[in-house]
Amino acid sequence: MIDRKYIGHTMPPFKVAVEAGRLRFFAKATGQTDPVYSQDEAARAAGHPGLPVPPTFLFCLEMESPDPAAIRNLLGLDYKRLLHGEQGFTYHRMAHAGDVLSFEQRIEDIYDKKGGALEFVVRKTRVSNQRGEHVAELRGVTVMRQPEKESA
Amino acid sequence: MNTATPVRFDNVNVGDALPALDLPPLSRLTLALYCGASGDHNPIHVDLDFAKEAGMPDVFAHGMLSMAWLGRALTDWVPLAALRDFNVRFAAITHVGESIRCTGTVTEKFEHDGERRVRVSLATTNEAGVQKLLGEAVLSLP
Repeated sequence: MIDRKYIGHTMPPFKVAVEAGRLRFFAKATGQTDPVYSQDEAARAAGHPGLPVPPTFLFCLEMESPDPAAIRNLLGLDYKRLLHGEQGFTYHRMAHAGDVLSFEQRIEDIYDKKGGALEFVVRKTRVSNQRGEHVAELRGVTVMRQPEKESA
Repeated sequence: MNTATPVRFDNVNVGDALPALDLPPLSRLTLALYCGASGDHNPIHVDLDFAKEAGMPDVFAHGMLSMAWLGRALTDWVPLAALRDFNVRFAAITHVGESIRCTGTVTEKFEHDGERRVRVSLATTNEAGVQKLLGEAVLSLP
């Protein structure tokens, strides 16, 4: 069972630079053909200071943490038994290539269902930019299967 | 790509459908590209040996790839800057070979923080109509 003492635990904050090349690669991988997401001229013509960060890419930037396994290791989560249950974003302002974003992660909740067969970890992440402006909040729910409890 | 005529609050009604986004059958190449581009290097999505060891019959899609497709459906309809909230629940696994359709329906019109907003319910489904992701978004409209 995941130790409930970690509810409210905050992780060390980290910064991630938004790189234009990664945004182009992400556009390709997600089948995005709108040139606003891959060509500087098109982005600027649409009023953006640089390539814009598409709606879910903040989650990818969050994974650029210097230690992406930090929360898994802290809570003792087994990679092979993890599922992504939910993901949410609340947007306050746009982010663009060239921004340097700060990520502050907090373990918001830990709970279980089905007699402990499924355990849930809720993570909230505040994202701000290099000017200290609030960019977004991310909310992720990770599910850990505890197969030995499934018959319980 | 955004249509020339912006979507306006007054012209949107509860029950309106967003233009659907249809994806080609999911390939392993797409999973490999998304692994690299997203930075999500969990081997379960690209390494068949690892997936089998974890008890799965095959590799399968990152949930966040489907959420990115839903994001495309949203930003095909309104400008990126219109997004206020975007939430999904990953209800079922998306498998290699499935053709996913992204859909959305306006469920509410309201005002908040001095803005006119709409709430949209979202889903991705395979060709058999099985729902994979369920969610909603809140958009600010002029």
